[in-house]
Amino acid sequence: MPDAIRGRAWKFGDNVNTDLIAPGKYLKLSNQEMARHVMEGIDPELPKKIQPGDIIVGGSNFGCGSSRETAPAAIKYAGVGAVVARSFARIFFRNAVNLGLPVLECPQADEVATGDELEIDLKHGVVKNLTRGTAYQATRLPAHVMEILNAGGLVPYLEREIAKNKNKGG
Amino acid sequence: MGQTVAEKILARASGKSEVRPGEIIWVEVDLVMMNDSGGPRRIAANLERLGTGVWNSDRVTVVADHFVPACNDIEAGILALTREWVRRQGIQKYHELEGICHIVPIEKGYVLPGTLMVGGDSHSCTGGALGALAIALGSTDMLGVLVKGSVWLKVPETIKIVWEGNLPPATSAKDMILYNIKQLGLEGATYKVVEFTGDTVRRLNIDERIVLTNMTIEMGAKTGIIEPDETVFAYLAQRTCVEYSPLFSDPDACYSQVIRCRAEELEPLVACPHSPDNVEKAASLPELPVQQALIGACTGGKYSDLAAAARVVSGRRVAPGVRFLVAPASREILRRAAADGVLAILVEAGATILPPACGPCAGLSNGILAPGERCVASTNRNFQGRMGSPEAEVFLASPATVAASALAGKIVDPRVYLEE
Repeated sequence: MPDAIRGRAWKFGDNVNTDLIAPGKYLKLSNQEMARHVMEGIDPELPKKIQPGDIIVGGSNFGCGSSRETAPAAIKYAGVGAVVARSFARIFFRNAVNLGLPVLECPQADEVATGDELEIDLKHGVVKNLTRGTAYQATRLPAHVMEILNAGGLVPYLEREIAKNKNKGG
Repeated sequence: MGQTVAEKILARASGKSEVRPGEIIWVEVDLVMMNDSGGPRRIAANLERLGTGVWNSDRVTVVADHFVPACNDIEAGILALTREWVRRQGIQKYHELEGICHIVPIEKGYVLPGTLMVGGDSHSCTGGALGALAIALGSTDMLGVLVKGSVWLKVPETIKIVWEGNLPPATSAKDMILYNIKQLGLEGATYKVVEFTGDTVRRLNIDERIVLTNMTIEMGAKTGIIEPDETVFAYLAQRTCVEYSPLFSDPDACYSQVIRCRAEELEPLVACPHSPDNVEKAASLPELPVQQALIGACTGGKYSDLAAAARVVSGRRVAPGVRFLVAPASREILRRAAADGVLAILVEAGATILPPACGPCAGLSNGILAPGERCVASTNRNFQGRMGSPEAEVFLASPATVAASALAGKIVDPRVYLEE
């Protein structure tokens, strides 16, 4: 995980749900294919407009609804660097961390507008709005969550853990 | 200071004498449930990458319900992969075309009071109807559980919802939970457990209790739970000989919020587009013609739901132009409704019977909506685009309200038919 994540913001409202992020009709697709339809439910043109490195900013309860991991996966595979929101639905939050997609709860997320240039310092939980010259303090992620993110997600994290245990002879 | 039933289950699962809200703990899992959508197909390759198998195949159940029966070659391939994976992992508790993943494990007696269950679907909270703590996880989280048999969780606070008094005729558990979702909102219970109690809840059968716990995710809850009682013990006595030790909330347990509701005041309710918390009284709605009425899904396709719909439509015909779809939530339900005549009443009224699967509820098959269409459904979620076109509308209601609306050709209060 890089020290700073920098990108252009796409701003959305409250209760952005998993049916809007990754509609059920695409559930049979792979994560990479799903990424071509990311957030299509909100804006059918969005998959074309989103650029690698962009940052998604939501209001409260981002990712509510289904447990489908394809929702954060579609966002990640579209190349999005991080999701910042006032609050997250719990399953979406866990899924994102497990996929290595940084998610930050930020009370001032509403001050961001689409097109703002953001820089995120994950370690300290700081979101800088370079366009507006302000900085927001987000909730710092707990140590064990940072460990999973730093490993690049739960799979590489477990891979390392299993290798460590093998080296110990256990 | 006492503990809630949820805290006690988490304490037991983490090997501690007690846990407190906010603590992050590692818990041993008693049962893992996966379906064909978020299950093996999303996990198999990574499990192989880790060079390991399932930690305990006896504790894993896989229910194929999203893509059954397959509609195209992609889905057929997903099901083939699922079957092959459970065979290789030695998983005996595999169920295909037997029903929905939240209902079949309950019917099979896998979901036990006092245990910790994790499920790979957001409505896994359903299992709380039997006094288990049933928590939903995504695919990669589930991979971690399959490898280690354990998972980290934050101990949640609990909201207590107390329902007292007798339900008026034509109302049911669906109206209760829609009432609560309206009260609390889509994120009113985020990260929390919702515990239902009170004499109204005690009188509900298992089918109806399932409606309450199933829809707690629609207020963001980590799960819903009802303390087990004689109703649960009698239900399980018919279904399993596995021993279990139930847990109950202490009288002095701490709740983050206590909400008291009077059942007598309840009226038939409807959640309007596009959110389960956009709840209105059925009687207060303007004239809203429907093209489709759906009795189905884990929430609203159980035996009691079919029977409630049959009571309304018995001896009547659905309005011309209404597609009245009935998807029983399991084969056991289908068999029972076929045996006792409930199914015949529904079919006589004009119902089309769908396979026991998720189907239209999640926009997967058999009953997808076109732009401009409106559906009233006994399902649990009506987000924009869920059942097909983003320009279609889904209204959530009780089976009685759905059935009455099918007869009227528009959304109506079921008392119109039940009080004649």
